[in-house]
Amino acid sequence: MSKTTETVRKTLRKRYRAERRFRAYGIASIAVGILAVVVLFTDIISKGLPAFTEAYIQVEVVYDADTLGVAVPASEEELMSANYRGVVRQSLYALFPEVDGRREKRALGDLVSSGAEYWMRDRLIENPSLINKSETVWLLADDTVDLFIKADDEQREGSRLNDRQREWVQTLEDDDRVEMRFNASLFTHGDSREPEQAGLWGAVAGSFFTMLVTLGLSFPIGVAAAVYLEEFAPKNRLTDFIEVNINNLAAVPSIIFGLLGLAIFIGLFGLPRSVPLVGGMVLTLMTLPTIIISARAAIKAVPPSIREAALGLGASRMQMVTHHVLPLAMPGMLTGAIIGMAQALGETAPLLMIGMVAFIVDIPGGPVSPATVLPVQIYLWADSPESSFVALTSAAIMVLLGFLIMMNTIAVVLRKRLERRW
Amino acid sequence: MQTGNLLLLMIALAGVAWFAGFRRSHAVSAPLGGIRFLHSLPTYYASLAMFWCVLPSMLLLGLWLIFDGAVVRHLVVEQLPVAIQPGSPVEYNLLLTKINNVASGALDSSNVDPAIVAASERLNTLNAQSQNLLTAVVIGVGVLGGMWGWTRVQPQLRARQRVERVVRWMLMLSASIAILTTVGIVMSVLFESIRFFQSVSITEFLFGLEWSPQTALRADQVAASGAFGAVPLFAGTLLISAIALTVAVPVGLMSAIYLAEYAHPRVRAFAKPTLEILAGVPTVVYGFFAALTVAPLIRGFGQSLGLDVASESALAAGLVMGVMIIPFVSSLADDVITAVPQAMRDGSLALGATQSETIKKVVIPAALPGIMGGVLLAASRAIGETMIVVMAAGLNANLTVNPLEAVTTVTVQIVTLLVGDQEFDSSKTLAAFALGLMLFLTTLALNVLAMHIVKKYREEYE
Repeated sequence: MSKTTETVRKTLRKRYRAERRFRAYGIASIAVGILAVVVLFTDIISKGLPAFTEAYIQVEVVYDADTLGVAVPASEEELMSANYRGVVRQSLYALFPEVDGRREKRALGDLVSSGAEYWMRDRLIENPSLINKSETVWLLADDTVDLFIKADDEQREGSRLNDRQREWVQTLEDDDRVEMRFNASLFTHGDSREPEQAGLWGAVAGSFFTMLVTLGLSFPIGVAAAVYLEEFAPKNRLTDFIEVNINNLAAVPSIIFGLLGLAIFIGLFGLPRSVPLVGGMVLTLMTLPTIIISARAAIKAVPPSIREAALGLGASRMQMVTHHVLPLAMPGMLTGAIIGMAQALGETAPLLMIGMVAFIVDIPGGPVSPATVLPVQIYLWADSPESSFVALTSAAIMVLLGFLIMMNTIAVVLRKRLERRW
Repeated sequence: MQTGNLLLLMIALAGVAWFAGFRRSHAVSAPLGGIRFLHSLPTYYASLAMFWCVLPSMLLLGLWLIFDGAVVRHLVVEQLPVAIQPGSPVEYNLLLTKINNVASGALDSSNVDPAIVAASERLNTLNAQSQNLLTAVVIGVGVLGGMWGWTRVQPQLRARQRVERVVRWMLMLSASIAILTTVGIVMSVLFESIRFFQSVSITEFLFGLEWSPQTALRADQVAASGAFGAVPLFAGTLLISAIALTVAVPVGLMSAIYLAEYAHPRVRAFAKPTLEILAGVPTVVYGFFAALTVAPLIRGFGQSLGLDVASESALAAGLVMGVMIIPFVSSLADDVITAVPQAMRDGSLALGATQSETIKKVVIPAALPGIMGGVLLAASRAIGETMIVVMAAGLNANLTVNPLEAVTTVTVQIVTLLVGDQEFDSSKTLAAFALGLMLFLTTLALNVLAMHIVKKYREEYE
């Protein structure tokens, strides 16, 4: 047995152990990554699911004209500013006749959200004949009540309700006067300071207009730039410089684009703050590199024989591009555009810079009305002190992730369906 | 007319011009015996007429919108009585804001200087006049251009060549937007930074150890000027990025190696997209996760060990940022590892090396430039990351290397200085742009270095 063989024999076990260790590190790393995905999603979903339901309290209301402070055939102005709070409180006092004293009564009244008053106003304006009648209705509970009902015994200890309020809620629960319903206001309302009335619809609309502007600008510009660079650009310094710029811009931190938007679009051009138009323009600059790079890859994938055939039949270069190369490259370009849009939809930092963090209650009606977007809404809610906003934030994140998953699925399906191998 | 409506009208006008050009090209070719006697197809004549209608008027509209505000402001301020003529740029802006507020009705005009009220009225009339004039001029130019283009439709006109030249120019303009963006970024951060460095010296900014940008409300207040030493911010950024990279580089690299070298294709087909989900999650989600789940967890864990952990510890932000970067590192490393030719692995294995020895001694060295480039890109991303640190890191500058304490970063300060209403002139706002300049330069240097390493040290096989 030669010396080398002996050395190899001796060290072989050690080497095999090292091999197994190395593999184990690899498996552990992947496990860490997958664990992170699982933990992230379970955390968000377990926090967010409760926000999709809201507590309602059943009461008998009497639309007493005196309490409302309206004449009997009430005009619409009177109904707009009538004392609905009084009616709501009366109906609660009727449930707990033993409650006495101003503080106690106030505490009892706090169980119902102020949103119930708006609901009642709309109902009476629609059916003015209800005045001086009574009916059994479900009123939206305050977010502290909502949290208390959703919580388990241990969490209930930390509730912001006082002892009397807890007893009342307990009684209401025992009498089956509490019901959990789907939180429709989450998908129909704008932002609000009251968690139980806050909704995402304003942010979704803002995101929609911002994405509309972004797509409308970045797709045509990106495709045009890619066509130029792939099909027409002469090999010279300018072309090289453009390419270096595109590659660098792809790696510039997004917040820098926000500074650009603030200084140029708002400071220099004098465009308004907080509007989807400016947000869309900033996001366009940010996503352009992504779109250009993927569009170029799609154009490159079209085989030269197609171009040669077109040119050979007498087409001009522009005709060759518009009639043959672009239609064939379109699926790849669309996929790239959708991925770029998904990136833009999740982007927050540059939009903070151009003032899309304002507290906006109204649903934006167009690209020049003040708005916020989904990720910024998440940021705003995550910053809010009320603990109900934690669930709302997680719910908003679930909605955002839902949109992103949808867009990415469309991109994958599009790629599978339309991709052609040459 | 509102600019939006004007744009819609111009689109309609463009359609009319196109159609008119199309009709005329048929009309002029009819006596010759059909459109085959035209030089180009009718659509080219139509497009040419449309370009004549749209391009000059749109150019005019763009220029007008850019300069309109400045001209009107100048005209308004010029007319003010000498007594309240602004002396400094700050006064100028204050005055303008006041005039604007009176003009829009946000400020009650009853207890304001009558000269200002007059100026605001003038502002309103000038704005209205400018809008009317703009509408008239744009429509006029559009109609004239369209008519000119229409009259030019002649059988001999080389319409296709002309249209293609215009389109080519438009393509080139689109491509140069990349350059314009870079120029815009440099201009916006550079100019404001220069103004900042006029009031705060560069050396104080780069080497000062004190960061408290709160400018005083009164001149006689303590620390009235605010301190702008950015070293604690740089240190905080580096600390958090270092934590992130300590997580992301080993995990990302090892998972790339395992997926590329060991994993069964089915495992790979499942694990790779799952890891890439992490790259698609918006950063604001990570920020929420870091602030509400990871930070309390670390704090509780530290306290059970008897350690004092800040509720906004650098560790929490760094760890979550590391998780975010894992797929970035792993997909870049995966690309370069799979690019190493199989023959090199076969050679090493044939000599009796185990698989891990082959990877450590042959594959990694061959892929090293690409891996280094990937790590540098990951570092640049960690430094520029904003939302995680805004939500999970601290606000107060703190010069420390202890990951359990709260530190602040460059991006956090940019956001806190710029979010909310602010004038463009306070050194607080300008400081944000100076920080932006530093951030841009750092990430640019890292990106250029990464690309350089990849290009220069790439091993060429075959």
